[in-house]
Amino acid sequence: MGRRVVIESRLVVGRPAFRLDIGLDVAAGEVVALLGPNGAGKTTALRALAGLVPMTGGHIRLDGEAIHDLPAERRPIGMVFQDYLLFPHLSALDNVAFGPRCHGASRKEGRRIAREWLERVGLAEHASARPGELSGGQAQRVALARALAVRPRLLLLDEPLAALDAHTRLDVRARLRRHLDDFDGAAVLVTHDPLEAMVLADRLVVVEGGVVVQQGPPSAVARHPRTGYVARLVGLNLYRGVADGHVVRLEGITLNTADAHAGPVFVAFPPSAVALYRHRPDGTPRNLWEATIGGVERHGDSVRVLLTGPLDASADVTSAAVAELDLRPGGRVWAALKATETHAYPA
Amino acid sequence: MPWVLTVPAALALVFLLLPLAGLLVRAPWSTMGERLAEPRVLEALRLSLVTATLATAFCLLLGVPLAWVLARGDVPGRRLVRALVTVPLVLPPVVGGVALLLVLGRNGPVGRLLYEVSGFSLPFTTAAVVVAEAFVALPFLVISVEGALKTVDPRFEEAAATLGASRLRVFTRVTLPMVAPGVVAGAVLCWARALGEFGATITFAGNFPGRTQTMPLAVYLALETDPEAAIVLSLVLLAVSVGVLAGLRGRWAGAS
Repeated sequence: MGRRVVIESRLVVGRPAFRLDIGLDVAAGEVVALLGPNGAGKTTALRALAGLVPMTGGHIRLDGEAIHDLPAERRPIGMVFQDYLLFPHLSALDNVAFGPRCHGASRKEGRRIAREWLERVGLAEHASARPGELSGGQAQRVALARALAVRPRLLLLDEPLAALDAHTRLDVRARLRRHLDDFDGAAVLVTHDPLEAMVLADRLVVVEGGVVVQQGPPSAVARHPRTGYVARLVGLNLYRGVADGHVVRLEGITLNTADAHAGPVFVAFPPSAVALYRHRPDGTPRNLWEATIGGVERHGDSVRVLLTGPLDASADVTSAAVAELDLRPGGRVWAALKATETHAYPA
Repeated sequence: MPWVLTVPAALALVFLLLPLAGLLVRAPWSTMGERLAEPRVLEALRLSLVTATLATAFCLLLGVPLAWVLARGDVPGRRLVRALVTVPLVLPPVVGGVALLLVLGRNGPVGRLLYEVSGFSLPFTTAAVVVAEAFVALPFLVISVEGALKTVDPRFEEAAATLGASRLRVFTRVTLPMVAPGVVAGAVLCWARALGEFGATITFAGNFPGRTQTMPLAVYLALETDPEAAIVLSLVLLAVSVGVLAGLRGRWAGAS
């Protein structure tokens, strides 16, 4: 990457029923998204970085300096909480001025800094509003201004857009992206929304069951998922198999793939690459099998058909096709898969 | 509504209000003005207001931190401490007065030490009135403030910490302002309880006009010598209590 690592850490939090153990390095100016299902430990990781949960092991070095023994108030961090936690008894301005005041600014200086930040997030005219008078999107921006006003080296965002309605989210996400671009420290974002992660982050770190299961640039993670969770997030069918050239042997079936490999591989294809037929189609598509319909559900503009049989897979077809093919749970269909859209990559 | 409930409910209301009405009916309204101006009355009223206010200040100073420890601190035996805090609440005030006398009296372990060091003997002084009132009223404040503290999401305090606020700053700038209504309500309750304190006061501080004779003591004494004066004093206390209730109306009556 060539950029200096700001955060170099191994976060270990042991609890009776759960153990988090992840390594996390973040470069200056980089935005890393911790992505994972509920209970995966991503928020715990964020709170460990902030100093809000004690670590049972590991270390956190920020710009080479160990900070894992410092209490939260002495770490050079800024944090945006999921529900913002703006102090209800303070105006937006004083909420943002709170951090600078804690860092020794005079009342006047604190307010000057706060006004500057409110201007930067476009809320200068709401300076005197109480948090209760702000909309969700405005509160989120105040929370961001408050976190940035202490000039943190590490910015932590816990599900920053989760509390917003869909319409506001687009606007706030775009603004947040701009502020993250301007931010020169390290930023770590927790989310369970893959789209949010892809739009906001330079790198995804997927956490499941307290460990990192996959990481990389969003596009690479989206193309080559390595766990069922990630595959479902990005909407791909995912299998493990053994490759011999363009042929991959899976459990119960072999598939022809676009890429040639040897040895253990993942195979992934989108549901749209599967075509369904009432009868065995003429010609011989190379990836063809007879499947049982496990379920049919609406999925955006198309209909997603869940297939069981030699290969558990989902296929997207049009509504018209559902009627035409008489697709109903328990029925039998022929499934054909385009080899050109079937990708294999080393496991 | 079933009469099994409405009739007792009406009776309860009558039971509560009838004595107060009697007080109003029997009051010597024609001579009220001059009676109120009697030095004895003014003295007792002044003493009551001063001691109740001092006791409340004392309770705030010690009670708010105690409430914080009970609500937030990870001290061992917290439940035991909480139970102990409420003991003065159920203890007959006279017993509290005896206990105070035993400990803080000149022959008590703490009282003797105090006397030897400073030559000051606490019982039967105005300071003793304040101590007796505070002893009885403190639990009201602690319980009220602890309840308020528990409704504050501790994550606000975490948010303040991530912004660089020290523990003390978090408490004074975030926690305390957020529980301010609870603290005010607790202080008013505490003050009202201190104002009405009788048993512990008369036991520990005695009944000396101008020094330790607060309104409730004056009422009790006047009842034996001058019943009309007792009514006047009672009405003054009633007026103050109603005033307090009115002040709390928005918080308590409205919430119930």
